Order: sequence, then structure tokens, then C-alpha cells
Amino acid sequence: MSTANPNLTYNYKVVRQFTIATVVWGIVGMALGVLIAAQLYWPALNLDLPWTHFGRLRPLHTNAVIFGFGGCALFATSYYVVQRTCQARLISDSVAAFHFWGWQLVMVLAAITLPLGYTQAKEYAELEWPIDILITIVWVAYAFVFFGTITKRKAKHIYVANWFYGAFILTVAVLHIGNNISHPVGLFKSYSVYSGVTDAMMQWWYGHNAVGFFLTAGFLGMMYYFVPKQAERPVYSYRLSIVHFWALIATYVWAGGHHLHYSALPDWAQSAGMVMSLILLAPSWGGMINGMMTLSGAWHKLRTDPILRFLVVSLSFYGMSTFEGPMMSIKTVNALSHNTDWTVGHVHSGALGWVAMISIGAVYHLIPKLWGVKAMYSTSLINLHFWLATVGTVLYIVAMWVNGIMQGLMWRAVNDDGTLTYSFVEALEASYPGYLVRFIGGVIFLAGMFIMAFNIYMTIRQKDAVAVDNRAAQAA
Amino acid sequence: MDVNDIRGIHSLIIMAIFLGIIWWAFSAHRKKPNDEAAQLPFEDDDIDQRTQQSEKSENEK
Repeated sequence: MSTANPNLTYNYKVVRQFTIATVVWGIVGMALGVLIAAQLYWPALNLDLPWTHFGRLRPLHTNAVIFGFGGCALFATSYYVVQRTCQARLISDSVAAFHFWGWQLVMVLAAITLPLGYTQAKEYAELEWPIDILITIVWVAYAFVFFGTITKRKAKHIYVANWFYGAFILTVAVLHIGNNISHPVGLFKSYSVYSGVTDAMMQWWYGHNAVGFFLTAGFLGMMYYFVPKQAERPVYSYRLSIVHFWALIATYVWAGGHHLHYSALPDWAQSAGMVMSLILLAPSWGGMINGMMTLSGAWHKLRTDPILRFLVVSLSFYGMSTFEGPMMSIKTVNALSHNTDWTVGHVHSGALGWVAMISIGAVYHLIPKLWGVKAMYSTSLINLHFWLATVGTVLYIVAMWVNGIMQGLMWRAVNDDGTLTYSFVEALEASYPGYLVRFIGGVIFLAGMFIMAFNIYMTIRQKDAVAVDNRAAQAA
Repeated sequence: MDVNDIRGIHSLIIMAIFLGIIWWAFSAHRKKPNDEAAQLPFEDDDIDQRTQQSEKSENEK
């Protein structure tokens, strides 16, 4: 738009901050996940304290991994991508800094209030109303910085990654405000303005689009920048990416009804949710294929580059879980899968396989660039992390598939006289081996995160060492 | 005309818009702008370098 500014630099500081926060919240959130997985196998780990009870720590786990780990990964990469593809510095360094510290405050408040039992009892929207207002303010600051930077762009065109990030920012704002409208009755207590099935519908309109826009659209933005960048070739089909974008955002908002199959939600709304979920397969796989095919002619890079492997395997998991999701939304399949561990497995094949792996790949791509060194401290440690993450995810989801289908079959089994064949506790007892395997998978995945933290620490230290070397060379 | 007619018309309009987007994205005159846009991630290495340099010199102060 304007002529190139010869003094233009990017704001990498806020990107560095959010990148480190990604790793920190990732470890916190996943460690909590491992703890509550252990509680399901060894119930004594509840410690008989209210604050460490599964029911209070589970929302803390989901908030920490989605909004802490996933959120910070999205903020870091969106600020990096928007600057680099618009060739413009963030519109305001101070508002970006407010965004960073404001969001960390939100996460700390979550870590305090959720164990204390303050909750709106809405999944992924547990935080009470004062924190919701804080989130809204911080989110407006984020939107201002992101869209403000786009207005400063040098090229006429807005790169597709920014479209996905932009849709994520706008839609999450609408969802967050829509679902969290409530009557406060005290500083830490409120009641939703919606009641009955309307409340349920609002909740899953929010909940499913938290998946669709927070955990999908934003990370597709990440995919459209980091996969081409790491593969060193432009995206396979730019025009497909345009169709991918509009098809995905136009379809996702309708799919939430599939969370309420066979409930009091009107039948037509359930069926609409199911049909829209089935249609979603097309844009989801269109995007996956676009990302995968970007590697055509460069597949050999997968052999030597574990970062690219993280990105590509994340796309495989994305393809797998976006096939599984529509299938589970079919009412007759849902009759088997609903409320079983299959759902938990499905979520984690998306969360660990897709969201976490593409974020980890992006972080490994970013760290050397942000700290001005050539490469990560150790490529073999990245490779080790890759295998730990893959094995951990596979163990997790296979255990949950087996458990889920078994539970579904046991719950629906009836004797000739119409009585239930199994009591609930019998299905629970049969689930124990799966819970152990899931716990082991989680531990393996978490171990990979610690290896990443070590690798990052060594990379940043290496940077200091390089700086010292440079100074010595200049003095000589 | 009751509300369901409007809903039906709405569906048709949305579908037409979507088909229009496909037609637009895939039309021949968009080929060059699309190719240019696809190159955007690869065109700013100078600014990246400058950022690294300025941060390095700040650190040394």
C-alpha cells in the first residue's frame, strides 16, 4: 500500500513471549491431564480434597490446554504471520503487550478459581463472569492489534493465513459474548440468561465452534503459513484455499446440534446439525489435501526434517479426526458413541494429533528465527519428541476407541426379558485397562513436552553464546 | 409468503454466493493475483534480517 519503509522492523518481542507461554501452559495443562487420567485409574489420587477433585481439575486441564497452550500458540503465530505476510509492524506494541499480560492474568485467575469451585458449569466456558469480562477486553485489544496491522499491509492482497486467523478472532468474540451472557448474583456466581434446551443449544453452538474456530480455523491459519515456509514452497493451490476458507466458516457454525442428539432439542435441529457435520468433511479434507500436497516434489524433506514431519503428521491426524467427527455425528452412530470414552478419544486425536502437533512444529520453526540462531539446539531431540508425541497420541486414542465402543455396547445390551445385561459399574470395571493405557500415552506425550522445553532452553542459551562469540570477533 | 419461503430463498441465495466464490477463485483472470498472493510468505526476508540486526545491536548496548 505504501512505499517500503527502509527502517521497518517487526515486533518479535510479543511473539517470543507468547511462544514461551505456549510451552509453559502446554506443560501445565498436559501435566494436569496426566494427573486426572491417573485419578481415573487410581481414584485415591483425588486426595479426598475438594480442590484436587477430578470434577474441578478437569475444567482446569481443558482451559489450560485450549486457552493457555492453544491460545498462546495462536497469538504467537498470528502476530508473527500477520507482520511477515503484511510486511508491517504491529500497529501498537503497547496494546500487544497488554494482550500478553492480560491473557496471562486470565489464565492465572482460571488456575485459582476453578480448583476453588467457581464455575458457570458450561463446558469450555467455566470461568465466572468477572473473568469473562476481562477476556472480552483482552480479546478486543487482540482484534485491534491484528486487524489494525492488516490495514497497514504493504501488498494489496491479504494472505490466506490471515483470513483464517481473522475468522477465528471475530467468531470467538461473538461466541464468547453470546454464550456467557448471564445474571450475576455475586462476585463469583451467575446464572445463564438462557434456560432449558435454549441454554443447551447456546452452549453447544459455542462449544462446537470453540472447536471449529479456536481449535480449527486458527490452526489452519498456522498451517497455511508454516507448512509452505518449512517446505520452502508456496501452498499447493491458492484458489483451493479461498474455497476452503468460505466453505469451512459457512458450514462449521451449524454443526453444534450434533452434541444434543436424542435430547430435548427439536428433531429438525438435531438433523440439521448432523447434515452440516457431514458436509463439513468436504472443506476439512480440502484443506488437509491442500496442506499435504504442498509437499509434492519435496517429500524427501520428511526424511531429514522432523519439524516438517510434525506439521505433516498433524495434518494426517486432522484428516483422521475430521472423518471421525462427521461419522460420530450420524445419529445412529452417536447412539453408540455418546457419553462414552470414544468422544474423549476423538477430542484428543484432534487436540494432541492436530492442534498440539502443528503448534509444536510451529514453535520449533519459530524459536531459532525469533532468537536469531540458525537452528534448534538439537535436531535429534526434535526427532525424539516427534516419536514420543506420535506414540503417546496413538496409545491414547486407541485406548479410548476400545473403551468407548465397549462401553457403548455394554450399556445398550439387553436380556431377552428386556432388562439390562450389565450394570454401569461392570462397564466401568471393564474400562480400567484402557484407562491405564491412556495414562501411559499421556505420560509419553508429556515427556515429549519436557524434551521440547529443554531443547528450547538450550537453544536460547546457545544464542547468548553466539552473541558473546560475535563480540569477541568484533573486538579482535 | 410465510417465513419458510424466505428461508428457502435465503438458502438459494447463500448457495449462489458460494458458487460465485468458487467461480471467482477459479476464474482465469484470478490466476496471476492468486500466484502472487501464494508468494507472500517468501518476500520479507530483508525486514526479518533487519529486525534481527536491530535487536542484536540493542542487546550489545
